[in-house]
Amino acid sequence: MRVSRSSGQEQPGLRARGAFALLALPLTLGACAGGILDPIGPVGNDNAQILIDATLIMLVIVVPTILLAFFIAWRYRASNTKAEYLPYWSYSGRIEAVVWAIPILTIMFIGGVIVIGSYRLDPFRPLPSAVPPLEVEVVSLDWKWLFIYPEQRIATVNQLVIPAGRPVHFRLTSGSVLNTFFVPQLGSMIYTMPGMVSQLHLQADRPALTWGQSAHFSGDGFSDMQFQVRSVAPAEFAAWTQGARGTGAVLDLPTYAQLARQSHRNPPVTFRDVDPRLFQAIAMQRIPPAPGPEPASPEHAGREVTPAGRSH
Amino acid sequence: MFGKLSWSAIPWHEPIPLMTGLVLILAIAGTLGLITYKKWWPYLWHEWITSVDHKRIGIMYVLLGVLGLVRGFADAIMMRSQQAMAVGGGEGYLTPEHYNQVFSAHGTIMIFFAAMPLVIGFMNFVTPLQLGVRDVAFPTMNSVSFWLTASGFLLINVSLFVGEFARTGWLPYPPLSGSEYSPGVGVDYYLWAVQISGIGTLMTGINFVTTVLKMRCPGMSLLRMPIFCWTVLASSLIIVAVFPILTATLAMLSLDRVFGWHYFTADLGGNPMMFMNLIWAWGHPEVYILVLPAFGIFSEVFSTFSGKPLFGYRSMVAATMFICIVSLMTWLHHFFTMGSGPAVNAAFGISTSIIAVGTGVKIYNWIFTMYGGRVRFGVPMLWSLGFVFTFVIGGMTGVLLAVPPADFIVHNSMFLVAHFHNVIIGGVVFALFAGLHYWFPKAFGFRLHEGWGVAAFWFHFLGFWLTFTPLYILGLQGMTRRLQHVNISEWSGMLSVSALGVAVTTIGVVCQIVMLLVSILQREKLKDLTGDPWDGRSLEWATPSPAPFFNFAVTPNVEGEEAYWGIKTRAIESQQLSAEPKYAPIEMPVHSPVGFYTAAFATVTGFALIWQIWWLAGLGLLGAWAGFVVFAWRDVHEFHVPVEEVARVDRARREAREALLERIAAEGASA
Repeated sequence: MRVSRSSGQEQPGLRARGAFALLALPLTLGACAGGILDPIGPVGNDNAQILIDATLIMLVIVVPTILLAFFIAWRYRASNTKAEYLPYWSYSGRIEAVVWAIPILTIMFIGGVIVIGSYRLDPFRPLPSAVPPLEVEVVSLDWKWLFIYPEQRIATVNQLVIPAGRPVHFRLTSGSVLNTFFVPQLGSMIYTMPGMVSQLHLQADRPALTWGQSAHFSGDGFSDMQFQVRSVAPAEFAAWTQGARGTGAVLDLPTYAQLARQSHRNPPVTFRDVDPRLFQAIAMQRIPPAPGPEPASPEHAGREVTPAGRSH
Repeated sequence: MFGKLSWSAIPWHEPIPLMTGLVLILAIAGTLGLITYKKWWPYLWHEWITSVDHKRIGIMYVLLGVLGLVRGFADAIMMRSQQAMAVGGGEGYLTPEHYNQVFSAHGTIMIFFAAMPLVIGFMNFVTPLQLGVRDVAFPTMNSVSFWLTASGFLLINVSLFVGEFARTGWLPYPPLSGSEYSPGVGVDYYLWAVQISGIGTLMTGINFVTTVLKMRCPGMSLLRMPIFCWTVLASSLIIVAVFPILTATLAMLSLDRVFGWHYFTADLGGNPMMFMNLIWAWGHPEVYILVLPAFGIFSEVFSTFSGKPLFGYRSMVAATMFICIVSLMTWLHHFFTMGSGPAVNAAFGISTSIIAVGTGVKIYNWIFTMYGGRVRFGVPMLWSLGFVFTFVIGGMTGVLLAVPPADFIVHNSMFLVAHFHNVIIGGVVFALFAGLHYWFPKAFGFRLHEGWGVAAFWFHFLGFWLTFTPLYILGLQGMTRRLQHVNISEWSGMLSVSALGVAVTTIGVVCQIVMLLVSILQREKLKDLTGDPWDGRSLEWATPSPAPFFNFAVTPNVEGEEAYWGIKTRAIESQQLSAEPKYAPIEMPVHSPVGFYTAAFATVTGFALIWQIWWLAGLGLLGAWAGFVVFAWRDVHEFHVPVEEVARVDRARREAREALLERIAAEGASA
């Protein structure tokens, strides 16, 4: 509607539409290895460090506790006549004090980690950097990811390209149901929710090829809600945006409406132009939410099946 | 006339649900046929279906829970094998439509129709015996509770064959569960099955809060109760506090779905985040509803099998009530990644990890219960030691998930899946198996076979770690949960190891079944003559095995902690039983079919609401209400057990105890 007209570029986007049709192309993900313990940016580093620190703090208590349990069970086995039998011993103020103190002290320690970590790694908090962050708007759809670069006026599907060494400020919403935006090697994840905008700051320190996914179940095509993530040198990023400006269709309202329909295994696509206000229109639900399942036949009483549900 | 229901509701073209449905129908028809042929109906009707005896109801709950466990485990086999096959380009054998139903059913059944009935079954069977009373506070309501739970389970299984089950996970988050994105009846099956059984559970909670607070035998002050009764009280208090939230939340979602209201929709003032808050305000305390009685079972086992009182009893009571209260304040940790802000996240992170203080205290108290004891490694004790190892590690990963910045990278991952199975299998299921072995003789009069029990423990224990260690690792590699197929082929190895773990667990399940069969065949050899097979310490062991329906011929008079241990020590020291009491007739509640009738009509109502057959729903409600009216106007509430019968049962018990005393005296003399 108004959003797309104001873009001033009315292209039908037929080529892009063809690409959205149900292609059973398996999404090839380069560089699949690398999980949350192999981060490539400051947020992921801190996440992993806190995970490891908290584990170590607790292992200090957990390992001796398990050993003590097995030692005492074995030492006081019924067949061991050398061990003393104290059939009425059931209270010791000192031991009570210690057994309450150990977990309390551990949790106080962990509590410090919790408070400091929650503030330092608040997803809404901008990352310290000399360069201003790159703005990326994320829309989760059934069952693909739309990335809008408002400053560059381009958009992509299932492909996220970011400049290495520069923070990225994500603003996220959903065009359909709940999803979670998660790039394991970059760190923190966050929910995408219809009618709401969440924020996330991430950064890749070096060029890398990795992957992202939805971490919240969203329906039949959920398993393929993965996307390529490419962190590239700033010069290469500029070249990529230039290239994207010149190819692909325009993401106007009819194209978005087509994109919002349920489909899965969409190959990466770029759009050469997009209205920078599209994201806000989706988030404010001025554009109606995605249609959900459109059953081909009405013959399955109570068992309506989506295209992704039985496409194999 | 029939709402959305038509012949196409039956999955004619899908072999797996169709065959499962047919096998299920044949099995049910076969069982009913056998019962009819053998003319068991009058016995079943009078002794079980209409029974208001807490022990019978407890046993039926456990049976229902075991059925749920089997169905849920079948789903688990399908999930693990599907993921092991559908990796790196493979498609496996389950379509997303089917796989998503399988994992939704697995979670729903395991929590609502396996863990809950088993825990409530033990609450039913054990609590009145330990409190020295003849039944729960509201015996007929207890029967209604049970049959409503069974009704929910029946509805879930009907969904196999008529329609479909939810494809939204065990907690149906809107908007995915709304009518736009889930137009089928799957979510409705979930809603009404859980709604009907949830009402049953709420009534159980009311019943047990009242029983523990008002129905104790003389001298049984609160601080003389066995710790299991404390955990029952804590668990029931949580039920009463949070099950109304579940009922209201599911009702609101139903209104959204059926009438297009907007509680949880993303538009017109609705808010999906509200559903997440409400469902977890019930959902997290639910975990403690399950695990607190499990802690109670372990406390009984550690104390009995160490030949010592529980170490730090009052500390245990404090820790239990502490967990009971704090469990209501942690729900937000299920969605730290929703962007609540650092202050909120930190507050809930701390409240969550504080629970570990109560749990940690319990672990140390169990360890010091063994200190200075004579620890016997019977099957219940093996489960308890396996629990300490497993649960401590599960608790540790739980605290990790409670640290928001760490949760930001493992939320909803296979790490999370491994964690909650670690605490629910390691905590609750291990306790239930321990309890099954421990109280089985009290229910049936003979012990379970030790050898097969030991084998079952080891296969379950190894199978558990083999299944879930790979899932922890996969979570750290970034694998998320609920994937119908896995695009990253590097994960194939770990998924195969996990599937192998399920195979090992299956051997454990087979061992359990063999244990049951062998024990039944050898029941004469395994007979529990004394009523006190484990050298027990609480009042249930003062009764003969199996316990008579009136539990105690004469209401016990408790004079200290560990009521039965005191009676037993006095008898051994004085070499004689206390003098024969003066027997009197016992008043017991009459059996009532109202629970069965109500649940039957509730099932009809639920089915009608799922398929929107409004006239049938109205008829079902009317029928259920009529049942209550007839019950409320009944003339006879109680019957009397004649004094001769009471005396006969109790004299037999005293004879067995005399023999036991003589044996102990002889052993003492020879040693």
